[in-house]
Amino acid sequence: MPRMTVNGEAVEAAAEPRLLLSDFLRHTLGLTGTHVGCEHGVCGACTVSIDGRPARSCLALAVQCEGADIVTVEGLEEGPLHEAFRRHFALQCGFCTAGILMSLTAFLRETPRPTEQEVREVLSGHLCRCTGYTPIVAAALDAADA
Amino acid sequence: MTGGERVEDRALLGGRGRFIDDLPVPPRTLHAAILRSPHAHARLGRITAPEGVRLFAGPEIAAGLKPFIAALRTPMRHFPVATDKVRYVGEPVAVVLAEDRYRAEDALELVEVEYEPLPAVVSPSAAIAEGAPLLHEAAGTNLANRRRFSYGDPDGAFAAAAHRIAIEVRYPRSAVTPIECFGLIAAWDPDGDAFEVTAPFQGPFALHPVMAAALGVPANRLRLRTPPDSGGSFGIKQGLAPYIVLMAAVARLAGRPVKWIEDRLEHLTAAGSATNRETRLEAAVTDDGRVTALRYRQLEDCGAYIKAPEPATLYRMHGAMTGAYDIPNLEVENLIAVTNKTPTGLNRGFGGPQVYFPLERLMHRIADRLGLDRLEVLRRNLVKTMPYRTASGALYDSGDYGAVIDLARPALKELEARRAEARAGGRLYGVGLAAAVEPTVSNMGYITTVLEHEDRLAGGLKNGALAAATVAIDPHGGVTVTGDSIPQGQGHRTVLAEVVAGAFGLAPADIRVATEFDSARDAWSIAAGNYSCRFAPAVAGTAWRAASTLRDRLARLAAARLDLPLEDIRFEDGKVGAGPDREVPFARLAGLAHWSPGTLPQGVEPALRATEFWTPPELGPPDAEDRINGSAAYGFIFDVCGVEVDADTGRVRIDRYLTAHDAGRLLHRPMADGQVRGGLSNALGATLFEAFVYDEAGQPLAGTFADYPPPTACETPDPEILHLETPSPFTPLGAKGIGEGNAMSAPPCIANAVADALGVDDLELPLTPARVAALMP
Repeated sequence: MPRMTVNGEAVEAAAEPRLLLSDFLRHTLGLTGTHVGCEHGVCGACTVSIDGRPARSCLALAVQCEGADIVTVEGLEEGPLHEAFRRHFALQCGFCTAGILMSLTAFLRETPRPTEQEVREVLSGHLCRCTGYTPIVAAALDAADA
Repeated sequence: MTGGERVEDRALLGGRGRFIDDLPVPPRTLHAAILRSPHAHARLGRITAPEGVRLFAGPEIAAGLKPFIAALRTPMRHFPVATDKVRYVGEPVAVVLAEDRYRAEDALELVEVEYEPLPAVVSPSAAIAEGAPLLHEAAGTNLANRRRFSYGDPDGAFAAAAHRIAIEVRYPRSAVTPIECFGLIAAWDPDGDAFEVTAPFQGPFALHPVMAAALGVPANRLRLRTPPDSGGSFGIKQGLAPYIVLMAAVARLAGRPVKWIEDRLEHLTAAGSATNRETRLEAAVTDDGRVTALRYRQLEDCGAYIKAPEPATLYRMHGAMTGAYDIPNLEVENLIAVTNKTPTGLNRGFGGPQVYFPLERLMHRIADRLGLDRLEVLRRNLVKTMPYRTASGALYDSGDYGAVIDLARPALKELEARRAEARAGGRLYGVGLAAAVEPTVSNMGYITTVLEHEDRLAGGLKNGALAAATVAIDPHGGVTVTGDSIPQGQGHRTVLAEVVAGAFGLAPADIRVATEFDSARDAWSIAAGNYSCRFAPAVAGTAWRAASTLRDRLARLAAARLDLPLEDIRFEDGKVGAGPDREVPFARLAGLAHWSPGTLPQGVEPALRATEFWTPPELGPPDAEDRINGSAAYGFIFDVCGVEVDADTGRVRIDRYLTAHDAGRLLHRPMADGQVRGGLSNALGATLFEAFVYDEAGQPLAGTFADYPPPTACETPDPEILHLETPSPFTPLGAKGIGEGNAMSAPPCIANAVADALGVDDLELPLTPARVAALMP
């Protein structure tokens, strides 16, 4: 019965020891904004924030997160990054988007004035099949300017 | 047409999308896991499990099914699950149901299957060789079909040719692998003897009657719905069809609803991919580089079964085998093999990459062999007058190909300068170019080109590309639109809202577009779905026509109401009429039809709901000489790129990529550019990184995104995109498709550049560093 904070709310729910954090968030808590794309840590779609740092929720167990502060895409405040994504058409199907928003939010907090190359390196932890990445890079740089 | 922000984005950015795995399930739903074959080829023995495991073995499931119907009737029976043999690694053998997915996977490990392994055949040429192990004994051969086509006088042209220049290509398998895997919820209603399935199936809905027939029910008893959102498809989610049948059948056997979500290993090994193809292409060429004839021999590998709609990959391009060129003589020999690999299906570019790679590599080779300028050879052969009928029957609708090429000329010049500079510095730099004609809106009859004409006549000639859309206006003047396409990220709601708003003089925000497809309620026909770039040219155009029908109806109503001549009625800014004091609000006019149908002027229909169907008359069936116009419209692309090859590692870096398009009228420029970038990045993956490789025993070697590496942001170039807009005379809005072209043009463009950089003649995709390093001078 792990206890944690998810998007600012205290959460306590049953979880078998083998239950992935991604499945716990999606199916136990109903926070379906976090998506599962590969379950082996490559695609980055399931990225959430654990204690302030982006992490693959498909590579974490729910029970490991006892006491942790988790933020998912539903818990992100809508701000300049969201607006920049809309302005630049930085998503198409939107399936990889949640993970990218989580990574970029943490990245831009630590690197408020990034170079294009730095943005591309952060994005290289995420697979997007729709956009060719260019508009995502543009949105991140635009949001950093805002 | 404002090209405005997408109405889809707020929900998706907020994590409020509704994808298949996010939807609520019916009460008592069980979760499925699929037991899959570890062997590429084996005879199937007993399948057993301990008491308590809810096991549904292949033979038991198939006993309640009929084999899939395919355009090509062969004795190679195809069920969604193995019955007597397994024929590829990953083929479903049994389904296990449990209370949740974790337990279902636990139960899989308790199932015992007896296999008697058989020798496997992996390459299509080995499969059709004498003495090869047979996949389907009943067929007596692994060659599913062979056809020869001749148009014009290819023998005469080759006999008279100054030069005969050929290329051989082994085009590998790849797939765009959407980030969302397959998934579905299937239920059986015993009282209605009907199936209810929700799945992000993308069409073509020609497969709907195929699925219903396999389940042994009329099509109206297979209700298929799609979730509001789909996490990408690129053709691949056509491959849900056999799983829909499989899980519907299991739901019927279990008497419980079933949910199944595919995992990535299942996807990479068994979901399906583009075909691999072995091609020999020869050109008859004059001294000045004019190609007078082409001769293709194509050996297509469809994997273990000819899974519907295959062998469509081989025939989609049949009318357009001469590409962007005016070549009057053509010979094509097509062979279709089955091998112990995953059955193939739709994938972005569908059939185009396998044709354009040999063709555009050959044009490059012709110029080099004759010592001519590569662009000049390409230009000399271009189609120059429109409309243009190709040797094998395609009707190219419009475009000025030379003008599109001219857009890219400055970039080409600049790249040649970069190359000179790089080479002076001792670096390996190459410049490539490629032209492609991009087919749009598939003719449902093209697949029957695989049949002899007598067989076509016996089965009934097939043709057309019926699109459907519905527009309805409610009593408050609110407008709702549905169309027979299923979006997977293409912003259908945004585009349809803009198109229909334009018809009524309303704002796009006034229009609501419902994209959750429901086969029981929506207007659709077999061509429905999201493929062959049919959305902008066919579906958006048909929605425009439906809106126009209602606009004309409202105009008659307004004319009577305002006592104005019909031709004075305009729709602007939410008003209908002829300017201030002589107009009524759109909403009030709509309300009249609902609230006061008895007071309408005579002859004005009160119904404010219109469904229109549209099919282009240019799409006839294949004729007696096997000529086929495979698509309603044809766009044009010209790509140029500069690449640098790392002399130490063999890594290919795209230095600059420019792509010039004529896709007819663009309905939403930012999203059109998004389609170009996406298609190009997919093509980049297929060219440099991705391939489904099998070992000699038929074991797939790529089961994760580490072994099957799609490009990341670090490898993907930022292309320059240029457009000419020559409206198509054959589509309602003049639009053509734009999403697939770079999948066709980019692989040969990049390969031509790599060949130029290395000074080599033969290249095989993907151009991985190891492979390129081995070619290094």
